[in-house]
Amino acid sequence: MNRTVRQFAIAATTALSLAAFSTSSALAENPDPANWDGVKEQARGQTVYWNAWGGSTRINDYIKWVGDTVSSRYGVKLEHVKLDDTAKAVATVVAEKTAGKDEGGRIDLIWINGENFAAMKRQNLLFAPGWADKLPNWALVDVENKPTITTDFTIATDGLESPWGGAKLVFFHDSNRTKELPDSIAGLLEWAKKYPGRFSYPAPPDFIGSTFLKQALSELIDDPKKLLQPVDESRFEADVAPLLAYLDDLHPLMWRKGQAFPKNYPDMRRKLADNELDIVFAFNPGEASSAIANQELPDSVRSFTFSGGTLGNTHFVAIPYNASAKAGALIVANFLLSPEAQARKQDPNFWGDPTVLNVTKLSADDRKTFEAIDLGIATLPPEKLGPMLPEPHPTWMASLEKVWLRRFGVAN
Amino acid sequence: MLRFGPVLAIALLTGPIFCGLIAVVLPAFGYLPAIGGHEFSLQPFADLFARPGLLRSCLISLGSGLITTAISLSVVALFIAGWSGTRTFTRLQHVISPLLSVPHAAAAFGLAFLIAPSGWLVRLVSPELTGITRPPDVLIPNDPYGLSLTLGLVVKEIPFLMLVALAALPQVQPRRSTYVASSLGYGKTAGFLFAVWPRIYRQIRLAVYAVISYASSVVDVAIILGPERPSSLAVRLVGWMDDPDLALRFEASAGALLQLGVTLATLVIWFGLERLAGWIMRTQVIAGRRFSKDAPVRALGLGLSSLAAFSVFAGLFILALWSVAGFWAFPDALPQALALKSWQRSLPSIGGPFQTTIVIGVVATLLAVAITLICLERESRIGRDGGSRALLLVYIPLIVPQASFLFGLQFFFLTIGLDASYVGLVLVHLIFVLPYVFLSLSDPWRAFDPRYANLARSLGSSENRIFWRIRLPILLRAILAAAAVGFAVSIGQYLPTILIGAGRLPTITTEAVALASGGDRRVIGVYAFVQMVLPFLGFLIAVIVPAILFRNRRNLWASS
Repeated sequence: MNRTVRQFAIAATTALSLAAFSTSSALAENPDPANWDGVKEQARGQTVYWNAWGGSTRINDYIKWVGDTVSSRYGVKLEHVKLDDTAKAVATVVAEKTAGKDEGGRIDLIWINGENFAAMKRQNLLFAPGWADKLPNWALVDVENKPTITTDFTIATDGLESPWGGAKLVFFHDSNRTKELPDSIAGLLEWAKKYPGRFSYPAPPDFIGSTFLKQALSELIDDPKKLLQPVDESRFEADVAPLLAYLDDLHPLMWRKGQAFPKNYPDMRRKLADNELDIVFAFNPGEASSAIANQELPDSVRSFTFSGGTLGNTHFVAIPYNASAKAGALIVANFLLSPEAQARKQDPNFWGDPTVLNVTKLSADDRKTFEAIDLGIATLPPEKLGPMLPEPHPTWMASLEKVWLRRFGVAN
Repeated sequence: MLRFGPVLAIALLTGPIFCGLIAVVLPAFGYLPAIGGHEFSLQPFADLFARPGLLRSCLISLGSGLITTAISLSVVALFIAGWSGTRTFTRLQHVISPLLSVPHAAAAFGLAFLIAPSGWLVRLVSPELTGITRPPDVLIPNDPYGLSLTLGLVVKEIPFLMLVALAALPQVQPRRSTYVASSLGYGKTAGFLFAVWPRIYRQIRLAVYAVISYASSVVDVAIILGPERPSSLAVRLVGWMDDPDLALRFEASAGALLQLGVTLATLVIWFGLERLAGWIMRTQVIAGRRFSKDAPVRALGLGLSSLAAFSVFAGLFILALWSVAGFWAFPDALPQALALKSWQRSLPSIGGPFQTTIVIGVVATLLAVAITLICLERESRIGRDGGSRALLLVYIPLIVPQASFLFGLQFFFLTIGLDASYVGLVLVHLIFVLPYVFLSLSDPWRAFDPRYANLARSLGSSENRIFWRIRLPILLRAILAAAAVGFAVSIGQYLPTILIGAGRLPTITTEAVALASGGDRRVIGVYAFVQMVLPFLGFLIAVIVPAILFRNRRNLWASS
């Protein structure tokens, strides 16, 4: 009896949702990226709902520019659904799959990497393997020198997601104000003892906050090789004990004594500008220059990293298996890889995010465009960015966030 | 035809609340077959109460609800008691009235920019007076006790309660009572509070309850100014409901019922306070105390009202200043340079939300005005109004906390395919626009001199003709003013928009609140400024149109 009721409910919900959401294109065949003209034709007139973190005005403006451009060139309408946490997009697709909604989903494209990608890949929630390396602009991607383009947080991408930009953890300070800088996570604690109340990090699950936890764990764990393997539940408590002890020491020395946290990276940037924080960090080496260009930070801000290395990765876009506008999503993904879009993205006047293209593969004109970009006064040259630490296996992030929320989630 | 008006209004006001509550109650007890809940259980409540910091979230909601209402009402009572009938009163009244149209979110942003450690007040006196070059390390706003939140609510509820009380004032004929009281030697404040205020309070009670409900369940202001870790109950509810993990729906529904309970508890405590206040007043009256020297109390009432008005205006000014600021370092009191860059950057992305805001606001307002007119016209024709029961109906959407039934309504709309649609959004805005339009229009409508209509009738006019040719033109000013109120209410809606719009139909308000978490202050300035200007434009139209239409009918635009 119950079974029948449930089946009926699912059928009814699906029928209603299909009636409400489906358009003729949703039921069309899956596009084949190898037949690009066919993709273009199918994409015309589609609306792509792109779920992407919406916490930065500059990035939102960039996405808006992408939308305007693909709309005028390919007739693809782009709607930026602004997220504060990408996990929500993943869970939306999970919920749709549970409800049996295998077509006409609400999400067409997701800005993604790491544990969210791993979760979607594991549960078969992504559009066909190999679409990404069939995109026309894939030929320009720097697969040779950037291993994180094909291995995302230790997980093989298998062409299920298309690279969009590079990331490396970089710290910023105002050189007029702060002369002494830490060179490691342990050094940061010493620094905080000397300058209490002048450092903080966003509370997880904000991804910058989680990144800080992973950086700290990479430096504090007894054997960093453990991080490349999935979490071993039996050893987890012992593995993170040094990190928790470190945070117990650090929190009372932080901004607002660790009773409150900045909400995300832009909030930290604002607090650096307001002289509430002395050291902030971002997952993008060009962030400070970009902020200076946009008058969000004074031009005395400079970057630094740890000589022992900081985390680095690549971020991607992926298409859910039940997306309504797959062809349109392919068009957008390919456009994001175009030299034009990548150059604008690297320009600190717009965003300042490192490209995933191999500039030597580009045409002479495009190369010149890239070479002409002024990376800005606060951006470290690549040779000074320090070694790149690998991202831990995605299970670490999930477990870390959980243990953090349990321990620090509610103020005392 | 006309008699369907009240039916429609009642259906619109109570139907969605009823459906929404049903769709919250069932999953709260574990029943929601569509997502796998087949049996009734108390598990959702068990999960809910296992949440860390839940009690504190509830206390924040309850506390901010009570304290906001107590402070706002006291300030309003003191000010009216101490100053009604004076020129200062009229002047300040003109200053405070426009504040009603300022959306809560914009006022909250303005306040945050003002009182934060890196805010304008500290900048203004630093480093000259304080020697501070770094913002003090104190947690404002978002303080754990919700004091910033309460403050943000108080400055907006004072104008609301003030206008409601002022509307009730003429009906209780305060002059006669205060003359008698002062001839018996009572001070101005005490005489008014003893002899007039109880009658005013009886008339504005429902509005006070609406304030309690609003303040104990508000979401947007709490996101901007309220505590974090844990947040107030309503904010946490939104987080759970927003979670795409559908299993959380059960727990979140239980939370929505808890919100209803918290608001009810706040109301019950308030009833107790009403009694207490009444008892204190009676003992003072019986004791025969005259409080004839009340200058300090009068000064307090004036000071607090002015301070509330000042902080909103100053906040709005700072918002506007940030929107045109270049780099603005702490502790500079003014930005280094002015620039239109933030506006140029924001305009492309503001277009869509702007259009949605206008369309939803205009359509919802037009519908609300039409329904209100039908109801009121029917009243005029059958010669009696709905009485206090009808008034209670009108107030229901304002007293039932939004956070308790909107989640269910969202689910309901989802199953009938109305979510993320303009139709759904207009409908849900209408629930909150209609009461305000009705409340604004019913008084002037009922005060309309029936002799005009009688005269027309005696000259052979039909009822329809009287409506179109007599009532409508004469009351046009009042109708437009009510429409402007409705439009302002629609602009300010956050929770209904974010839930029913499902993130796909952003408005200026939802975009502005989304920027609260770390958005660039200048961009917040742009959005909050637009949010604040829109309702103002509505009121401007409401003033200008009659002035143009009736430019040669002086009594039509100069009266009332």
